[in-house]
Amino acid sequence: MIKSPWNEKLIFELGAPGRQAFSLPASDVPEMNLDWPENMCREKPPGLPEVSEPELVRHFTALSRLNHGVDTDFYPLGSCTMKYNPKVDEALASLPGFAGIHPYLPEELAQGALQLVYEMESYLAEIGGMDRVTMQPAAGAHGELTGILLIRAYHRQQGENRTKILVPDSAHGTNPATAAMAGYQVVSVPSDRRGGVDVAALEKLLDDQVAGLMLTNPNTLGLFDENIHIIADLVHQAGGLLYYDGANANAILGYSRPGDMGFDVVHFNLHKTFATPHGGGGPGSGPVGVKKELVPFLPVPLVDYDGKRYYFNYDLPRSIGRMRSFYGNFGVVVKAYAYIRSMGPDGLKQVSRDAVLNANYLMAHLKKYFYLPYDRLCKHEFVLSGKWQKERYGVKTLDMAKRLLDHGFHPPTIYFPLIVEEAMMIEPTETESKETLDRFIASMVEIAREVEEDPEKVKGAPYTTYLGRLDEATAARKPDLRWRA
Amino acid sequence: MRYIPNTPAERQKMLADIGVGSVEELFADIPEQVRLKRELDLPEALSEPELVRHMENLAGKNGDTGRYTCFLGGGYYDHYIPAVVPALLARSEFYTAYTPYQAEISQGTLAAIYEFQTMICELTGMDVANASMYDGATALAEAAAVATGVTGRRRVVVARTVHPEYRQVLNTYLEPRGVELVKLPFADGITVTDNLDRYIDRQTAAVLVQQPNFFGCLEDVHSLEQAARGAGALFIVSADPISLGLLKPPGEYGADIVVGEGQSLGLPLSFGGPGFGYFAAREKFLRRIPGRMVGATTDVHGRRGFVLTLQAREQHIRREKATSNICSNQALCALAATIYLSAMGPAGLRQVAGLCAQKAAYAKKRLAGVKGITVAFTAPSFKEFVLKSEYPVTRVQEVLLRRGLVAGPDLGRFYPELSNHLLVAVTEKRTKEEIDRLAEALEEVAG
Amino acid sequence: MYPVDLKYSKDHEWIRVEGNRGTVGITFYAQESLGDVVYVDLPQVGDEVAAGESFGTVESVKSVSDLYAPVSGKVVEVNQEVIDHPDLINKDPYGDGWLIVVEMSDPGELDDLMDSKAYEEMVKES
Repeated sequence: MIKSPWNEKLIFELGAPGRQAFSLPASDVPEMNLDWPENMCREKPPGLPEVSEPELVRHFTALSRLNHGVDTDFYPLGSCTMKYNPKVDEALASLPGFAGIHPYLPEELAQGALQLVYEMESYLAEIGGMDRVTMQPAAGAHGELTGILLIRAYHRQQGENRTKILVPDSAHGTNPATAAMAGYQVVSVPSDRRGGVDVAALEKLLDDQVAGLMLTNPNTLGLFDENIHIIADLVHQAGGLLYYDGANANAILGYSRPGDMGFDVVHFNLHKTFATPHGGGGPGSGPVGVKKELVPFLPVPLVDYDGKRYYFNYDLPRSIGRMRSFYGNFGVVVKAYAYIRSMGPDGLKQVSRDAVLNANYLMAHLKKYFYLPYDRLCKHEFVLSGKWQKERYGVKTLDMAKRLLDHGFHPPTIYFPLIVEEAMMIEPTETESKETLDRFIASMVEIAREVEEDPEKVKGAPYTTYLGRLDEATAARKPDLRWRA
Repeated sequence: MRYIPNTPAERQKMLADIGVGSVEELFADIPEQVRLKRELDLPEALSEPELVRHMENLAGKNGDTGRYTCFLGGGYYDHYIPAVVPALLARSEFYTAYTPYQAEISQGTLAAIYEFQTMICELTGMDVANASMYDGATALAEAAAVATGVTGRRRVVVARTVHPEYRQVLNTYLEPRGVELVKLPFADGITVTDNLDRYIDRQTAAVLVQQPNFFGCLEDVHSLEQAARGAGALFIVSADPISLGLLKPPGEYGADIVVGEGQSLGLPLSFGGPGFGYFAAREKFLRRIPGRMVGATTDVHGRRGFVLTLQAREQHIRREKATSNICSNQALCALAATIYLSAMGPAGLRQVAGLCAQKAAYAKKRLAGVKGITVAFTAPSFKEFVLKSEYPVTRVQEVLLRRGLVAGPDLGRFYPELSNHLLVAVTEKRTKEEIDRLAEALEEVAG
Repeated sequence: MYPVDLKYSKDHEWIRVEGNRGTVGITFYAQESLGDVVYVDLPQVGDEVAAGESFGTVESVKSVSDLYAPVSGKVVEVNQEVIDHPDLINKDPYGDGWLIVVEMSDPGELDDLMDSKAYEEMVKES
């Protein structure tokens, strides 16, 4: 067993009664009688930790050391775009003029914030080929829900009550879940042999009940759908709209815009394409852009400019309403704004160039060792299959992913997309050096060799992490979701 | 380019290995008709010093809490953030990690979420909590959706004293599912509890209230709970977590689901986001809870460890049959809250809540003495209260601004009957001197 | 692996018939494809089920599947033990891992099911 950098105690198991890590001033107002009814007052204090500040700091510092982050090493997690998060963007979002401003400030005291949002909207509209953008959605899935509700509102405005949303079989789970949440029936569209939308199958599925098609391009196989303009025409002819899931936008910056491909609605993942950190699962930000036909339905408020001042525009009578409180994850938008300003148009295009180059470089080297189900040039990511290793040696993709931990890498996304058996979805991003890519290739080749020579070794991985594989079945059968004394 | 390591020479080598002549060939699959045939029309790149100057300029146009004394409330509050919170959040192993799907190298995030879930249960008096949601509003909407699923009923009753923006989000989320929203009226700042059976009946999936409510007043939660219980509806409470240092945990007065906005727990105002929504429920609703949850288990050596669990509820497995489409949580914000609550402990949280309540009560009394100003509601309150002014709120706010003070929001924008009404929030950060300055400014309005 | 005294559905459920009652569970193949079963959601005694329609769900760590009734009828017994210990489905799919007992409304539906040989063939081909 590896020694843990952590003493393995939860914060509740540290400290002693009476210890404290806070300091607050005494009340400087005369003692007031609150006249609260007795039955509204708390009798027993909450069971929170009682620790001093040094203990607190050691505890969370130790916990942080158990994590792998982008700053630790390579993180080729497909569909997640784990690129480097610039430090200056973090510092800028913490400026008092951004971090210390209340959402209900009078507009004249928020002109800098409103200007930033207004300019960010124009940048995202330009990058996506859209007419207007809302910053309100807090994450990609939240953006999807916003977008599908916009599509629903559009059809209702036309007097239509369409009932179906089409989703490719390679789609992320949020797509069907979103459509269902918006009250739609979900219809799956098969992929063709080249990994794109099966156009003939799509044609058969299109009818006057189809509200729209949700698509990401490049798709979850990392392949650009060359039929995108045909697909868009077909959907539009049937009266449907096209929704662009921006998860994979890192591949096309400055090369192609969803709006030019025929999409009517798009969400961006600022935490993927625009380099804001993932935070261990959030906060993200999922702005949604639309073509002009859909502008009247955008959530309230939008930020507008009258030539002198920036202001919130609540006058959107046909709006779908509100998606969340206030205006979105502004702190995340600040970082993404700073990133776009750092990169400029040439820099953003270079991002996609190197993201695609790095992915193809890895693919060219790895396809000799692992089955590559769609053998063509990829965009920013590609999907390998562990089926050779499984069929010949009984070693699963999961085992190889765990073995990668021993090489110091975060594994690729595994078992997704669902249409590839034993899938390994690899996305290097543009922020990795050739040396890192070469190290990763060497490790993957080493693991492929080890699968042949000592499959049991791979099946028992990892060995160098301080915890071994965890018993997920017991965790789900007997849920233990909180600490108890 | 500072974030992109590849050099021209390296690119040539890589292209040779791939077997193509140029990077452009890698984009050959993008058809002509969908290509962008010009450069993106964006401002040219800024160097880091230029960027910093530009951003400082933008930031400098905003009235932050260092420049204007903040009496603004309405869901986001100017509480003190202990220095340990940002210091620990700056550990990049936390903030540059992804969702902890690979448990062996994500124990830091996982253990912290498990601690977070425990703290939320302790605060609310509930059995289980998830790893957090986008914000208080969406957490409330998801709770209402759970109630419609559990009861099979299509009507949700919501108090008008719930945050107006939360109610707008409820409407956006529930309308497509064919759920009807029924509003409970208020009088003297709290929900009217006579004749609740006019609104709450066997068709009601849930009764939604906020405690303390949007006006800062304490609701008669016991009567509301009884009405919900009597109709077989779920009782859902949205609660300010700071208030729970002093107020009875909703689990002790019969709440089935408790949600709320977590920004008060160690997160900056950031113009309204990111914060996080918390979501806690009774055990019997466990498999209906949306979003991520972390559970304790053991590894192959028998050591304690943590994993994402009960994932079959979630969209990546259940797809269109999932409880919700939510994929992420606000992990880093929940971590901030975990650190904050660890720093405060039971005594600190109680003290913060007590300071807020005392100072707000003082402010309420002090401002009630100003000519032309009355305290709108007599109901007991926590850290916010409503002022009624004889003068337009815009004029009041102008005078306050001149004196470096901000208060609000103006309630007329949410409640037509409350024009000339202003919300005032007083946190533990406000001093007697600042409160007195607010009173003097209001006296100036009266002239 | 596929007892000869049972009938099998294409959805990987089995039924053991005694008089007008049938005990229903999932097959060895089904539990193996799922992996460790962590949760089962079953109907209540007295509920009606219809042949080919979902009567509940079974969850493993990383998947969820509907349970499809092989015959129509009324649920007369539910295996409480398997709800508390879902791993019984993995350990003993044809014994302690049974799910429900159905009082059949149309025993003729049994003719649409496969015998163990036909089911084994089907599984091999998939």
